[in-house]
Amino acid sequence: MVGTRGIGVARSYCTMLTSRSESSSALPVKLSLVSASLFMGLFFFLPLVLVFGVSLASRGMYGGISWIATLENYQRVFDPLVGVIFFRSLLLAGMTTVICAVVGFPLAYCLARASRQWQLILLTLVMIPFWTNFLVRTYAWVLIFRADGILNSLLIRLGLLDEPLSLLFTDVSVFVGLVYGYLPFMVLPLVAAIERISPLLEDAAFDLYASMGAMFRHVLLPLSKPGFLAGGVLVFIPSLGAFITPYLLGGGQNMMLGTFIQQEFLVARDWPFGSALSFGLMGTVLLLWFLLGRTSLGKDPS
Amino acid sequence: MKRMPDSFIAVSLLVMVFLYLPVVILIGLSFNVSTMGVAWKGFTFQWYEKLVMDRAILQAAVNSVVIALVSTGLALILGVGTAIGLETRQGGQKSWVNMILLLPLVIPEILLGVALLMVFVLCQVHLGFSTIIIGHMVFNLPLTIVIVRARLRKLDPAWEDAARDLGATSWDVLTRITLPLLRPAIWGAGLLGFTVSLDDFVVTFFVAGPGSTTLPLKVFSMIRTGMTPEINALSAVMVVVSMVCVGLSWFVQQRSTPASSESSYL
Repeated sequence: MVGTRGIGVARSYCTMLTSRSESSSALPVKLSLVSASLFMGLFFFLPLVLVFGVSLASRGMYGGISWIATLENYQRVFDPLVGVIFFRSLLLAGMTTVICAVVGFPLAYCLARASRQWQLILLTLVMIPFWTNFLVRTYAWVLIFRADGILNSLLIRLGLLDEPLSLLFTDVSVFVGLVYGYLPFMVLPLVAAIERISPLLEDAAFDLYASMGAMFRHVLLPLSKPGFLAGGVLVFIPSLGAFITPYLLGGGQNMMLGTFIQQEFLVARDWPFGSALSFGLMGTVLLLWFLLGRTSLGKDPS
Repeated sequence: MKRMPDSFIAVSLLVMVFLYLPVVILIGLSFNVSTMGVAWKGFTFQWYEKLVMDRAILQAAVNSVVIALVSTGLALILGVGTAIGLETRQGGQKSWVNMILLLPLVIPEILLGVALLMVFVLCQVHLGFSTIIIGHMVFNLPLTIVIVRARLRKLDPAWEDAARDLGATSWDVLTRITLPLLRPAIWGAGLLGFTVSLDDFVVTFFVAGPGSTTLPLKVFSMIRTGMTPEINALSAVMVVVSMVCVGLSWFVQQRSTPASSESSYL
């Protein structure tokens, strides 16, 4: 599910084309424009503003909200126990982004430079796993990492292990799950970026006796920067706010922001504190998103 | 074709294995006789038979399909017009409009989930089908707009100009020129939206009420309560259904556009 949404994002990222001129539009067009704006205002922007509002309120007697303004929820964010979760989320999301970039680049390069036919086949192959249910795909990793799971049985049969390792509910299993979940968000923008680099530039570098490594460092990498930026943000944001992955593969001990927020809302029923956490996450996301808009989308002369 | 460094090809192959292995394992295990663990004890269809007999799962599947159909339908009705409106309006193509439009698709789902939950509870809206449909529309609507806009940009404005020059009203232009030309994008957006809604877990998890369990919610509770091979069978079915839906969406859009790398992202 998360994968499918990313396709639209990655896709529109690559279309910045002609503008059209037309003055009058039919009534249904105006109607849907107005009602869609109203809908998104009411059920997207207003709820997000509400999160901020509630984050400044106090917790009520029985888990509700009492509307007494306080900054206490934000002070609690600096509690060391909460800090650990923030730090783990940032670290895991950062590592996921880096690894996705490292393993995603070679794949993106092969995709971008393949013949038309192969490109279509390979792109479809890359996307197929991400069209399938995210929950189900993450659950597949539970089967692999479990104490009596695929990986442990394999290692024991090969004689590499005597008794099963506890792989599930570790930071490692969460990390693998995150990379698996968000890799295409890195690959797609990179393919788009590499496609824009003329192969002639690579030839020119080789003609000037550049080694493969030198060409890579001085030509490909700098020119792929927009792809890395877009891909980085598109991987980092959902990793930072991931819920399913840390819930199924991390368990109660290895919480990330997403699982922590869920717990505050549905288990502890402390909405104001949960809202403060959510607003922290939202602030980070919005900041990154609009910084990205300034760097690559803003530069586009469309 | 250009030569590619062997190391790049090797990494790409490994990534492909990494991407497919879990799905293959999952589908394989759904045919395993063994109830506990992952050791292969023989081939069976019994988990699929159990699945078909399970009334609760069937009900959840029906709920999921109904919710997906309604939310996608509504998103299409509003989204197609909005896309046309944005494209034809001064300033509608600005990049900040794009950034805002994409925001609901980028923002972590858990934020949408908790934010909507609070709005619904504070306004005392009964949690159930309607709240799930609203939640799904929050991402289905921008998704539709983004896909239809991408197609609109590839259409030659001359078609519409020609119709107008020949005396067509704006209503005629819309229904007889623009919409028919947009048909592949509308189908594509519809199928993709349907799949996304069918697969959604996080937003649904927060805004669902008793009696509105969807298939992903059912899978989640099955995973939480105990690992039976029935989950594997159910997961395998969901994997195949999603693939068929998105494959169709891709095919519909491909058929009417000459293969370009841009349209192949879908």
